[in-house]
Amino acid sequence: MSAFLDALRERGGAMAQRLPRWWSRALAGAFIVFGIVLPFLFPPDSGFINGTIVAVAYAVMSLGLNIVVGFAGLLDLGYVAFYAIGAYSLGWFGSGFFFKLHIHVLVSPVASTLPGVHINIVLILIGAAILCGLAGMLIGLPTLRLRSDYIAIVTLAFGEIIATLAVNGQSIPIGGGMTLTAGNLGISAVDAPYFPGTGSFTLLDLRPWYWLIFAILLLVLFVNLRLRDSRLGRAWIALREDEVAAVSMGIPLVKTKLLAYSVGAAFGGMAGAFFGTYYTEVNASQFAFGFSIFILAMVIIGGLGSIWGAVAGGLTLGYINNYLIPDVLNDLPSKFGLHFQLTQVEFGIFGLLLVIMMLLRPQGLIPERRRRLELTAKIAAEDAQLEEAPATILPPGEGSA
Amino acid sequence: METTTISPTPLPTAPVRSLAAVRRYVSQWALIAALAALPVYYGVHDLVYGYQVSVAGHPVIHHDLSNLGYDFAQGLSNGAIWALIAIGYTLVYGIIELINFAHGDVFMIGSFTAVGLWGVFGLSPGMSAAALTGALLLTLIITMIVTGSLNVLIERVAYRPLRSAPKLAALITAVGFSFILQNVGLLWRGGSPQSVPDLIGVQQTVFTISGVPIQRGYILVFAVMIPLVLALSWFINATRAGRAMRATAQDPEAARLMGINVNATISLTFLLGGMLAGAAGLVYALYETNVWYFQGFKAGLFAFTAAVMGGIGNVRGAVLGGLIIGVIQALADSRMGPQWTEAVVFAYLIVIMVLRPRGLLGEETREAG
Repeated sequence: MSAFLDALRERGGAMAQRLPRWWSRALAGAFIVFGIVLPFLFPPDSGFINGTIVAVAYAVMSLGLNIVVGFAGLLDLGYVAFYAIGAYSLGWFGSGFFFKLHIHVLVSPVASTLPGVHINIVLILIGAAILCGLAGMLIGLPTLRLRSDYIAIVTLAFGEIIATLAVNGQSIPIGGGMTLTAGNLGISAVDAPYFPGTGSFTLLDLRPWYWLIFAILLLVLFVNLRLRDSRLGRAWIALREDEVAAVSMGIPLVKTKLLAYSVGAAFGGMAGAFFGTYYTEVNASQFAFGFSIFILAMVIIGGLGSIWGAVAGGLTLGYINNYLIPDVLNDLPSKFGLHFQLTQVEFGIFGLLLVIMMLLRPQGLIPERRRRLELTAKIAAEDAQLEEAPATILPPGEGSA
Repeated sequence: METTTISPTPLPTAPVRSLAAVRRYVSQWALIAALAALPVYYGVHDLVYGYQVSVAGHPVIHHDLSNLGYDFAQGLSNGAIWALIAIGYTLVYGIIELINFAHGDVFMIGSFTAVGLWGVFGLSPGMSAAALTGALLLTLIITMIVTGSLNVLIERVAYRPLRSAPKLAALITAVGFSFILQNVGLLWRGGSPQSVPDLIGVQQTVFTISGVPIQRGYILVFAVMIPLVLALSWFINATRAGRAMRATAQDPEAARLMGINVNATISLTFLLGGMLAGAAGLVYALYETNVWYFQGFKAGLFAFTAAVMGGIGNVRGAVLGGLIIGVIQALADSRMGPQWTEAVVFAYLIVIMVLRPRGLLGEETREAG
């Protein structure tokens, strides 16, 4: 099966070389047009559009995590922290939560009469990205000298600390009778996105929401593609492949690693802020450790370091999580006489997917070109024989160099 | 498999070298200072401001260290459970340099197996002491066999095929297996914590040391932990198989060349780690009198923190780290409220990683971060 796919891909690659240069641009254009037109094929409040919106937002997060784990090879198990920080930046700056303040910037006429901080969604998205970028640097600092598996644990600890703060934020006063978060009660009644031409978005018509997250996806995709081919992107990949060699070639280790954390976190924060407004509340119970693994599973299933893989992984798991498991397959166990619903064990299913993927197809659905070459090209195999080391499938950790 | 220590510091020029010396000095003492901070603060606080106790219905302010002593007793016995789990992490990390993420969930399965066996054997608090002890010992042995085999099975399925692949791959399958086991537990006993019968009356006071009541539960925990740790130390230090384990941990390739069956040795390591986790599971169920499918997540992270704190790869370090984490946990539980405990322990984990990645007793060569 896999050999067949590889053969197919090889032929595809050869075809791509024969095609004219405008081909990839035409493909990108078709992708964008398809993305824009898609919601017209379904009713404005259909479950499919809802599932698509969530899946696209997951893809944005997956692209963010892919920079940290895929490009720079830093296993981050605390990505949920940036979901939380992003969502809270929306909760703080786009609702009546800070009821003592009256700050209004470019919001709908209704929202500008309400107490609290109400700022336009675009500004919040930018703010969330900046806030998460800073938080990403903060988590990056203690991990700079650590090996890959220790990095995983420190990031996990960071994610759990943020989650604990979110849950207990109710009892952290910040003056004027206001608290840091609303804990498990949730910050509710957050502002819907508002643009001067469109009015406030409503959940009866999901199309504008979809276009908003699709625009974010395009932006993040563009930044990702440009970053991958930039000096910084090459520095990330070099650090991933061999830290000592990269540093001795003059790559600034601290700056490069911190930028990976920071850029990856910024995208997670944007998606988090979008989720905050789309779910109409920011609830601390959303920020569980399982979510970090869920996003990681998207990156792994798509193919570590592969941009299109991250998008495919995000969309696939998004649809599985929000459509396939709850709507289609949920009753499957009861058909076999088992008394549980599939939604109860969804994280077990993702865990199983992770294990199967790692054992059978570690390069992912759409492998990165560099990895595929490593896996298929004879040169890599010969190299490996020379060094008497097994061929690398994933970025080698610092210790296993 | 040779471990190279990677230092991002630039070429060692004179000022950098003195910086490194300062850093070494700081890393030696800062962690100890950080660990002492909590008990010292609360001890001084109790002595100066006192704490309120109710004597015959009247509030009385005491100025002594009994309260701190109570936290320590509670903490050390919690810590003994974490220590048993931490040994499993440390053994596995010592031998294949993998954080066995599923280990905490093996511990959870241990608790569930033990509680299931109580039901099968019909254990109840009213039984005679001899019968209860015998049945619990039998439960302990079966639980240890079950979790030990489970751990070996996980290694065989999820880690061995990836041994030559980079570490990230095995770490990811470990995380995957952790979720699979959690959901097995979820289907087994439902999604909310279940209370189990208090078989031995864990909270009964046996005797009192200067105002600190020593409960049955504390004695139980140490009565299980100490013999097991001694047996393990004997096994590792004095038997042929133990020597094979140490050799494999030092250099798997050289061990193989010396005729050691590396695969069997690694399986043995997982077996031992799993057995200790099973024992911890049984003790936890007896001690806490409730079990939950999610208990392994917190326990696993606490135990991992303990293993890192003690110096990963070092059994004595894991025990020491477990006890320290237990005390930190008890202090956080009683002084700041249990909802903050995880954050406090994880903050300590990050502090350790920054100050002294090789831990309190870790050796610099192989385990340095």
